[in-house]
Amino acid sequence: MKDQLPAIQIDDLTVAYDYKPVLWDIDLVVPEGVLMAIVGPNGAGKSTLIKSILGIIKPIAGSVKVFGKPYKKQVDKVAYVPQKGSVDWDFPTVALDVVMMGTYGSLGWIKRPGQKEKKASLEALEKVGMLEFKDRQISQLSGGQQQRIFLARALVQNASIYLMDEPFQGVDATTEKAIINILKELRKAGKTLIVVHHDLQTVPEYFDWVTFLNVKGIASGKVKDIFNDDNLTKTYGINYKVAVTQ
Amino acid sequence: MELSDFFTNYTLRTITLGTTVLGAICGMLGSFAVLRKQSLLGDAISHASLPGIALAFILTGVKDANLILIGALISGLIGTFWIKGIVRRTRLKSDTALGLILSLFFGFGMLLLTFIQKMPNANQAGLDKYLFGQAATLVEQDVWVMATVTGVSLIVLLLFWKELKLLLFDADYTKTLGFNTKFLDILITSFIVLAIVMGLQTVGVVLMSAMLLAPAAAARQWTNSLGTMIILASIFGAFSGVFGTAISASQDNLSTGPVIVLVAAGFVLISFVFSPSRGILFRELRFRQNRKELHLKKTLTFMYRIVKNHDDITHPHAIRILNNFQGFTKKTLTKLEEQELIKIAGNEWSMTHKGYDQASTMYNELGKSHD
Repeated sequence: MKDQLPAIQIDDLTVAYDYKPVLWDIDLVVPEGVLMAIVGPNGAGKSTLIKSILGIIKPIAGSVKVFGKPYKKQVDKVAYVPQKGSVDWDFPTVALDVVMMGTYGSLGWIKRPGQKEKKASLEALEKVGMLEFKDRQISQLSGGQQQRIFLARALVQNASIYLMDEPFQGVDATTEKAIINILKELRKAGKTLIVVHHDLQTVPEYFDWVTFLNVKGIASGKVKDIFNDDNLTKTYGINYKVAVTQ
Repeated sequence: MELSDFFTNYTLRTITLGTTVLGAICGMLGSFAVLRKQSLLGDAISHASLPGIALAFILTGVKDANLILIGALISGLIGTFWIKGIVRRTRLKSDTALGLILSLFFGFGMLLLTFIQKMPNANQAGLDKYLFGQAATLVEQDVWVMATVTGVSLIVLLLFWKELKLLLFDADYTKTLGFNTKFLDILITSFIVLAIVMGLQTVGVVLMSAMLLAPAAAARQWTNSLGTMIILASIFGAFSGVFGTAISASQDNLSTGPVIVLVAAGFVLISFVFSPSRGILFRELRFRQNRKELHLKKTLTFMYRIVKNHDDITHPHAIRILNNFQGFTKKTLTKLEEQELIKIAGNEWSMTHKGYDQASTMYNELGKSHD
């Protein structure tokens, strides 16, 4: 890894929706092959950080590099798992169709998905344990199943970097275990995973890398080095203990 | 008018063709507006086109249908971009922006119309027909324009089907895959504006949005596939045009636009009540059916708990002891007996082997889900 470009390099990133900055002067280097949690209180800018990396939100200042180049040139290397609540699940389509959307990027404009794309999508559905639901209308799926569909859609992209916005939100324990196993498998395959995460207790168990965020970047590094009371207090203020016990 | 008039009367045939094509394209593009949660956008655009209609007349001094439509198109587009600009640049939500632009443009348009009334060539104008539409003014050339626009938008739709579907479902994700969402957005919005402007002459500024939304809302009730929904919406729209024109032609004094809209509303009503999967009627029936079945299951598992402690499971028990269980009625017992799950003899009931097997599976399943 010594000579390699980092998976993500962020310099001086500042983002604001109104007057108040949501992210202020973020510098962040994510090495290739880590399973990283982004933690921080509500309103810390965790989702905004992910959306800025993906170019969904335009920053006021600063730059984001993906393997040394701007995101626009690396779209095929990055897969995104949005928050489950960001779409209307009453949309008229079935589970397999949503997963197939993951192949649209590599197809490019106008070209339609064919047998090859369908096969890849079915494999992704099998990986997340949702194959039997492939023809199910998506509003008929449970919250955990919808999250798995989103994960499968990202898997189909066959990317090097996965950005996930709260993939464990509102899923049951079984689904959480299933998802984390898939994430660990991806890391073993050399992928880089960046996950917005809320449950501080599971950070040491699930992740090997962590970034503390609260508008400013507090700390970033190996979980075993920096996941400590000091950084938690800096990020969450004096109330951080409440966050841990809940 | 007689039915045969449709085939012999040239004017009526033109009007019917026009309203049919208009209904079809509105249904098709309306599906996009509905699924993007931009139902009100259509209403705002059609109202925003009124000043353009009036200005086209004031500036040129002639009442040329095509010039007026171009005026409507420009002013509709300006309204649309203002709405989008307000949403992007201020903290106002889109419903506020829509309402604001809608009333602002419509008010300005009405002002211009009263101004035109006072002009010397006012009676030539008759621009107020654009408020509620007048299908009778449709000529063959209008139908050709409509058919061409429909054809072009169909081609664009098929060409960018994958991208548009993605945009409808998840716009942010579309962007991350490298697609130009701004281009797609402008593409689909422009076609919606075009469809609205084409309908102004027939249906009018005030009712046009119903033309766009009603067929799509009705179609959504019948299918879970986007493609089928769009095809159905086009069919509903086309039929609204045909039936609406026929009804208004057979009743001399009814104006066509409102009748078409009412027919489309009829499609919506029928769809909301009778759709098998999403309709109110079948949902209520299913709900009642489920409750009844749950009742039976609940009673059977209650009986099972009494029976399972006996060596002989078919041993009879007094019906009285079921009184402890709130949910049981005479009817439930009869139902259970019909299904051969229990036997009833006088004041006593006994469980059959079939009933015992079913109840134990159910009991175990329910037990598991409680762990």
